[in-house]
Amino acid sequence: MLLRNPLRAQILQRVPRRQTRWSSLSQRPGSDRVHFPGAVSSKFTTKLSFEHPSTHPAMPTYRVMDSDGVVVDESRKPSGISNEEIVTWYRNMLTVSIMDLIMFDAQRQGRLSFYMVSAGEEGIAIGSASALVPEDVIFCQYRETGVFKQRGFALSDFMNQLFANCKDAGKGRNMPVHYGSGKLNIHTISSPLATQIPQAAGAAYALKIQALQNPDVPPRVVACYFGEGAASEGDFHAALNIAATRSCPVVFICRNNGYAISTSTLEQYRGDGIASRGIGYGIDTIRVDGNDIFAVREVTKEARRMALEDGGKPVLIEAMSYRVSHHSTSDDSFAYRAKVEVEDWKRRDNPITRLRKWMQHQGMWDEEKEKEARSQIRKDVLKAFAEAEKEKKAPLRDMFTDVYEDLTEESRGHMKELGRLLDDYPEEYDVNEFEGGRKGLSEP
Amino acid sequence: MDYSSHPLLNHSPSSLRANASYPQSSSFTRQNLFQAINSALKHSLRTDERTLVFGEDVAFGGVFRCSMDLATEFGSERVFNTPLSEQGIVGFAIGCAAQGMKPIAEIQFADYVYPAFDQLVNEAAKWRYREGDTGGHIGGLVVRMPCGSVGHGALYHSQSPEALFTHIPGLRVVLPRSPARAKGLLLASIACNDPVIFLEPKILYRAAVEQVPTEAYEIPLSQAEVVKEGKDMTIVSYGQPLYLCSSAIAAAEKDFGISVELLDLQTLYPWDKQTVLQSVQKTGRAIVVHESMINAGVGAEVAASIQEGAFLHLEAPVQRLGGWATHMGLAFESFNIPDVTSKLLR
Repeated sequence: MLLRNPLRAQILQRVPRRQTRWSSLSQRPGSDRVHFPGAVSSKFTTKLSFEHPSTHPAMPTYRVMDSDGVVVDESRKPSGISNEEIVTWYRNMLTVSIMDLIMFDAQRQGRLSFYMVSAGEEGIAIGSASALVPEDVIFCQYRETGVFKQRGFALSDFMNQLFANCKDAGKGRNMPVHYGSGKLNIHTISSPLATQIPQAAGAAYALKIQALQNPDVPPRVVACYFGEGAASEGDFHAALNIAATRSCPVVFICRNNGYAISTSTLEQYRGDGIASRGIGYGIDTIRVDGNDIFAVREVTKEARRMALEDGGKPVLIEAMSYRVSHHSTSDDSFAYRAKVEVEDWKRRDNPITRLRKWMQHQGMWDEEKEKEARSQIRKDVLKAFAEAEKEKKAPLRDMFTDVYEDLTEESRGHMKELGRLLDDYPEEYDVNEFEGGRKGLSEP
Repeated sequence: MDYSSHPLLNHSPSSLRANASYPQSSSFTRQNLFQAINSALKHSLRTDERTLVFGEDVAFGGVFRCSMDLATEFGSERVFNTPLSEQGIVGFAIGCAAQGMKPIAEIQFADYVYPAFDQLVNEAAKWRYREGDTGGHIGGLVVRMPCGSVGHGALYHSQSPEALFTHIPGLRVVLPRSPARAKGLLLASIACNDPVIFLEPKILYRAAVEQVPTEAYEIPLSQAEVVKEGKDMTIVSYGQPLYLCSSAIAAAEKDFGISVELLDLQTLYPWDKQTVLQSVQKTGRAIVVHESMINAGVGAEVAASIQEGAFLHLEAPVQRLGGWATHMGLAFESFNIPDVTSKLLR
């Protein structure tokens, strides 16, 4: 094809493909295809024919094992992973699942303000995180508790954040489940949907430049998580486009769980999921069975490798699962979907039971180990829960600090004025649950 | 407005030497605003490998020429075009800054910043606060954008949206009045560890020419400058209207025999309340002037603060002068922005 197209061959020789400058392009007389900037190798045709999305087959979904935990193609069976590591993933999935149940109930009892569970999606979070290295940088949405767990976020870290106490790195400013960790290279979660996606592209570009400027630094990627609902936001489209044009080493991981709060995917989009959009932006894309932790890990590992190829490029993974849980503690999903639908999913397929079945087939797990693991995890969670619940809140001054690097004159004035109110009307405010009480408002 | 001889611009090195803001040992070059901006960008790119400059049409020099020759000198990895998406540009810039780079993003016109509003208000401004003890911040982020009317920009090439950003704790909002001020304020913005919105009055890009120190220097943020001392009245302004104020003051001092003090806010948030209050406590009268609409504008905040902080010194109510609360209709521009007449007749 290139031989019949000397102009294109010349262009390819002159500059690397990703930096081709289309502005130097001109239409060649007698050519059988378009050389306009923006459609560089489109054949002319005299057939008037629109492309119909319905005639394109849906992108396939990669999997390693079926819902009974049986490897489908023996040649693709999991390899190079120790049993210990697999048990760690399993225990991490169990931990997320058990913590979810306890915290959901705790919220219902009024002991914390809010919670979001991950039920049905633990495999995506833990499987993908297991394929990254600690130096990789992560941006999450809010249903990636498993990513934090897999990277080493301790139960006490979760609980301190959930109870917004003084040991929370976020100083009790963020709603529950908005975790973050500098040590683990995971940026703190923010509630607005999809804002993290163009940020991930920029962060990946920074890593790419830093690797160019300092070849001693091992190459790193950014992993960015979001849901299929968030992919309707403009930020998603802006992000994929800029990540592609700037060749950013970023792995976009879309959790397609079928629902954005109450809106099902049938009302969210018309195309072939989120994966089809990756192709449109010129991004290498794969769809994977999100309930299959082996498949998720394998595609993430491969995506990470590809993202570092040729100086860097984005890769899109669409991981399919089903949101078994309510959206959050503020949501009752049986108002918009049948309970039987959820029960059916729970019974039919689930990333945790699938891996358990696989481990049982291997003879490395049994009922007794299961019972023991669940009971230990439950104990550990409750212990961390009790410790975090009794901690004080961060000092009152943290309401004003960190808006800027240094406190502004305006903030100092506002702190003084709030202090006056606390002194004049002590019965109107409860300062005792905050570290240092009234004194915690002063500058250290 | 005749900028070529306007006393607000430093037409000779001697006036620069009289101003302590500038490096006294430096040589000087005559530059207009876009050239001064370009010098600041060039200095940052040359001295700090973390600096990146990008935005729509930035690689060929930018539609206002601020990034001229930078891609050639510093390469397409550090100075580059982005796709046409303001939310993408600002989100991308935030991500770069979060990983320790110093991104200087250009929004082609301030009128087009609104798709990026979520990224600026919910993300950039709140980043350090929500990260808390993780230590994450996006200091180093500067978002530059041309603003203001030029006489034929109409609805979508004339806006000055600074007041939308001065409402947002976490952002610093800077708006320089001249080439030499712009260079020092932009370098200070780049050095600053908080995200900065840097608005550039585009009418001055070519029109305002003055002596600018060739050396690098920073003009501190959040400090107002007393441009001209006086004792009977204080005029507080920023950006292009300072030239109108200066001309109006010259006429008023001649006609009425009064003495007027002129302040340039320079940074609109967090702003230098102290300097403004000190001035008004001395003069007893104040007018706040800006080109943007009067309603909930910067002038409202400044006037209210004067009323709170200098009430007993006031001889007259604080006045506000700004654009009318309407849109910038093409044919009506000359009626819609403060001019010398509106100032003299008040």
